[in-house]
Amino acid sequence: MDFKRRSVLRGAGAAGAIVAAAAAGLVKPSAALAAPFNKAAHEAKNTADAMKALGVASPAESKDIVIKAPDIAENGAVVPIEIESKIPNTESIAVFIDKNPFPFVGSFDVSKSGVPFVAIRVKVGESSPVRVVAMAGGKAYTTAKEVKVTIGGCGG
Amino acid sequence: MADPMKIRATLQGDVADVRVLMSHPMETGQRKDSSGNVVPLHFIQTITAQLNGKTVFEATTTQAISRNPVFAFKVKGAKAGDKLSITWEDNKGDKRTDEITLGS
Repeated sequence: MDFKRRSVLRGAGAAGAIVAAAAAGLVKPSAALAAPFNKAAHEAKNTADAMKALGVASPAESKDIVIKAPDIAENGAVVPIEIESKIPNTESIAVFIDKNPFPFVGSFDVSKSGVPFVAIRVKVGESSPVRVVAMAGGKAYTTAKEVKVTIGGCGG
Repeated sequence: MADPMKIRATLQGDVADVRVLMSHPMETGQRKDSSGNVVPLHFIQTITAQLNGKTVFEATTTQAISRNPVFAFKVKGAKAGDKLSITWEDNKGDKRTDEITLGS
């Protein structure tokens, strides 16, 4: 009985490894902004460097990206933001918080989901613009929204 | 192994509105514990969602995401009975996958 249980577990582990390998193989270069994990962007200490690491060059201001975020966040550790891009063929969405110690928050590949929408909760260290970059058809578009924070979300 | 995710999805036509709550400390590497030692970085690096085994949403994230992250995204072309699985992996190599069936 016990022996059987072991072999089942082993089987499950092997299957998991195959799935992981397949997922790794499926990551195409077109998903430049998203996976795999981008160490340079992650460790960049300002938004410009982080964008450069992600291969975003001089994004154009656009009103077609909608950021829903509170004007004043009482608790910087949990700031809900919602992003929707109305630019056709939006492939990915990247989020930066300019004044955080590490501004890069994350990037989201929406090219296969068909709906350029994402909602996340972020930490905001001090009052700062929340900047969103959307990639569509090889071009970069950006917009920003100021969020005021009364209690910081980093450190503690 | 971390705690299970809570995944909730509602279908609106062929668009699945997915919400997922992950259980993770998301340490920033800036915080100090009670004895003054810096708590090392510990955060979710990548998130992948698959619909019936096909990747539909990918994300890379950093420590700037809040503790116990909540994500919402939408997937087009989903229908009741489809299997949606979500996987995350953190910077310590820990990972977790959970799966739900849509419309149940």
